[in-house]
Amino acid sequence: MSHRGAVSPSASGPGSETMVGARQAAGRRLGVFLTGLLALAPSLPAVADTPARVVSMNLCTDLLAMELAAPGQLVSVSHIARDPLVSPLAEAAAQYPGNRGGAEEIFLMQPDLVLAGVWTDPVAVGMLRRLGIEVVQVDVVTELDEVADRVRQVGALLGQSARAEAVAHDYLARLASLREAAAAIPADARRVAEFYYPNGYSLGVNTMSHEILRAAGFAHLAEAEGRAYSGTLPLEKLVLSGPDLVIRSETYAGASRSEEVLGHPALVALAAGPHGYRSTADWICGVPQVLTAVDDLAGHRARMEAGE
Amino acid sequence: MRPGVQALSLGGLVGLLFAVSLLIGPAQLGAGESLRALWSGEGGATVLVMREIRLPRALLAAMVGAVLGLSGAALQGYLRNPLAEPGLIGVSGAAALGAVIALQTGLAGAATLALPLSGLAGALVAVLIVLLLAGPRGGALTLILAGIAVSALAGALTALVLNLSPNPFAASEIVFWTLGSLADRSMVHVALAAPFIGLAMVALLSQARALDALTLGEDAAQAMGVSLTRVRLTLVLAIAAGVGAATAVAGAIGFVGLVVPHLLRRWVGARPGRLLWASALGGAALVLAADIAVRLIAPDRDLKLGVIMALIGAPLFLHLIWRTRAEA
Repeated sequence: MSHRGAVSPSASGPGSETMVGARQAAGRRLGVFLTGLLALAPSLPAVADTPARVVSMNLCTDLLAMELAAPGQLVSVSHIARDPLVSPLAEAAAQYPGNRGGAEEIFLMQPDLVLAGVWTDPVAVGMLRRLGIEVVQVDVVTELDEVADRVRQVGALLGQSARAEAVAHDYLARLASLREAAAAIPADARRVAEFYYPNGYSLGVNTMSHEILRAAGFAHLAEAEGRAYSGTLPLEKLVLSGPDLVIRSETYAGASRSEEVLGHPALVALAAGPHGYRSTADWICGVPQVLTAVDDLAGHRARMEAGE
Repeated sequence: MRPGVQALSLGGLVGLLFAVSLLIGPAQLGAGESLRALWSGEGGATVLVMREIRLPRALLAAMVGAVLGLSGAALQGYLRNPLAEPGLIGVSGAAALGAVIALQTGLAGAATLALPLSGLAGALVAVLIVLLLAGPRGGALTLILAGIAVSALAGALTALVLNLSPNPFAASEIVFWTLGSLADRSMVHVALAAPFIGLAMVALLSQARALDALTLGEDAAQAMGVSLTRVRLTLVLAIAAGVGAATAVAGAIGFVGLVVPHLLRRWVGARPGRLLWASALGGAALVLAADIAVRLIAPDRDLKLGVIMALIGAPLFLHLIWRTRAEA
């Protein structure tokens, strides 16, 4: 398990309202916990480590929890998990009650464990912890290898280590075979790709998207030009660099000026036909679905090569 | 100074700033190389940068500045009030509301002209409300108060529409609609706005003699053959079309119509007719200069044009209020 997912300290400090709240919550949790024990006892060997009611309030932990939790164990996922533009499990997420990350609504769900991201609203996380609820903030994954660690970490938190181990094992095997295919392409024959997202935001080297690009057999323009960090990339610089492939995001419903630049005539000319690609929900989180993104992009590369 | 010399010097300034606008950008291109690529269309990616990215930006700055400066001069001439300006009386804000509604309802995607036309419709409503409240003589206080109310309402409704949008980026763009920017605009936007701005400018410039006559009072102007109804109708429609289309593509850029006529009024002998074309050229120069400034101050951050305009315009506005108060 990774050392990064810090487990919350239990509520401390005597004689405060928080303490009273924490004690009440603890009592209620014990009740729920016992109910959970009775329900799950036959199927679960490591029962003491298995939280019965888990709420996830971050898209990436939503995806891992939906994959790993036992039936009935996951009580709620974030409402963002239902958005097919960012969530590869949008349909499955619709089966769960959604939450919007508010401390009050999550407290009322009486969870034994709350999964959050490191960037989750610190006010909500702090309040839940003062109320005596265990909140684990799972770190962001920026490397393909780390995905297996994260699967095992969340699996252990959910008391589903055996299932997590199987998922991690399968993931690493698929990753190795995809990387093998990419390694067969000589470095000087790799096509150059670059990201161009709303507001002209482009992704640097220290990102999961960079790893996906490399594993699919592309070179990353940012790496060639020495741009390590993500940030605004002026359109005219991108046009002058002239990458072989421009990766844009799918646009949301409604309209926005931020996304309008993705349809700029200069960019459209650059990303015409096989030179354009749209990243999908599989790209967003460091979860096993990233391999779907690698696979699909590698397929696009093969079609580009065949088209020559 | 003779009008011909004035026109030449202002025109020269616009030309110079237009060229500078074409030559600055994040990609370091040689001046000769980039202008040659722009002119000849040979040079691969450089042509794309010059023709599709830098040219539309410079064109829009000139067009939007010209029509805003001209609208300010025309409004001030008609109302005989130096505080009248499309941004201050709420016309730009209402045009932004119209444009936002067209974009968020999908109307702008369904019909090409829906975007500038909605901007026009919003601007038209605001001009009518303000002129109705202020009356033909345009009392300064009523005019400004009506403008504040229309601006506040239009701003609130714009924020409401953007907050209700299913698009997660929309709400963060309230600042674009209230402060304006020309970053990443394209020839598509130029083509959308140009016909409306062109017609508006021709219509406004044609009112030069009428506005000159109005300085003698309405009765005298009518005796000289000026039809007040026609002047008013022309101004209302032209300002709505010009400001509406400009705002629909560039957001609400304030203070241009206030600053430019104020700076040029004495220079043209305080004649509203001559102030019209001078303000058109001056407005183009001012917005081109402001758009160059935002790119030099914060190259990668899309600093909004309205920031620069308010820094210049708001102190001048306070000064004008002070002077109006002293005269009263």
